[in-house]
Amino acid sequence: MTLPPLPESAIMIGADAPDWRGAVKLAAEALAASGAATPAYAREMVRMIEEHGPYVVIAPGLALAHARPGPEVLSDGIAVVTLREPVRFGHPHNDPVRVVLGLASAPETHLGAVAALANVFNDSTAIDDLAAATTPAEVQAIMGAV
Amino acid sequence: MKIVAICGTGIGSSGILRVNAERVLRKLRIDAVVVAADVASIAEAAADAQVILTSPEFVDVIGRTSAEIIVIQNYFDTAELTDKLEAALG
Repeated sequence: MTLPPLPESAIMIGADAPDWRGAVKLAAEALAASGAATPAYAREMVRMIEEHGPYVVIAPGLALAHARPGPEVLSDGIAVVTLREPVRFGHPHNDPVRVVLGLASAPETHLGAVAALANVFNDSTAIDDLAAATTPAEVQAIMGAV
Repeated sequence: MKIVAICGTGIGSSGILRVNAERVLRKLRIDAVVVAADVASIAEAAADAQVILTSPEFVDVIGRTSAEIIVIQNYFDTAELTDKLEAALG
């Protein structure tokens, strides 16, 4: 149950996004920058939300953007994007979103990755802490990544 | 007993629900199998399930089912999961 790698290249702090699509695209850019996904993964992640609604907003202020494992996923990885101005996804309970996680993972390693994410976010202060983080090292420390 | 966690892809969010539901059920000493599925395969996945865990978006899509549908707001809040699973299964 280990978290996928979270290099500095996969972290954006205080980013600006005009809307939820923009926020998801930033998460995809961060995954692409770290080598975990191709830029086309952005389209897949946006399409999931267009198709099924804002179900990726799984906790107050937190979205977990992801898509099916496909050719766009190059390796397991996560990305963390914190937003300067929160954006609305249209979720009935958990809007607005301040922190967007991007997740790329192969089917066989996926449960380990989500179990590790659960370990981080079962601590109810983790989302606030991430939103307030000012350096990549802080984000890595909160996520338990090294 | 079988519990199905539903999301758009059957991975990611439903995986989180599955992991946290398993943790809560262990604490409650309730013996159940939790599986994650995507909404497209709900009919098959939930045919023999007692409970469906999901987010508000999917309630209308799930359609007719004999399973009890539990809507979870905060996927990481094990207190919410505990209360709702206890109410449904206790």
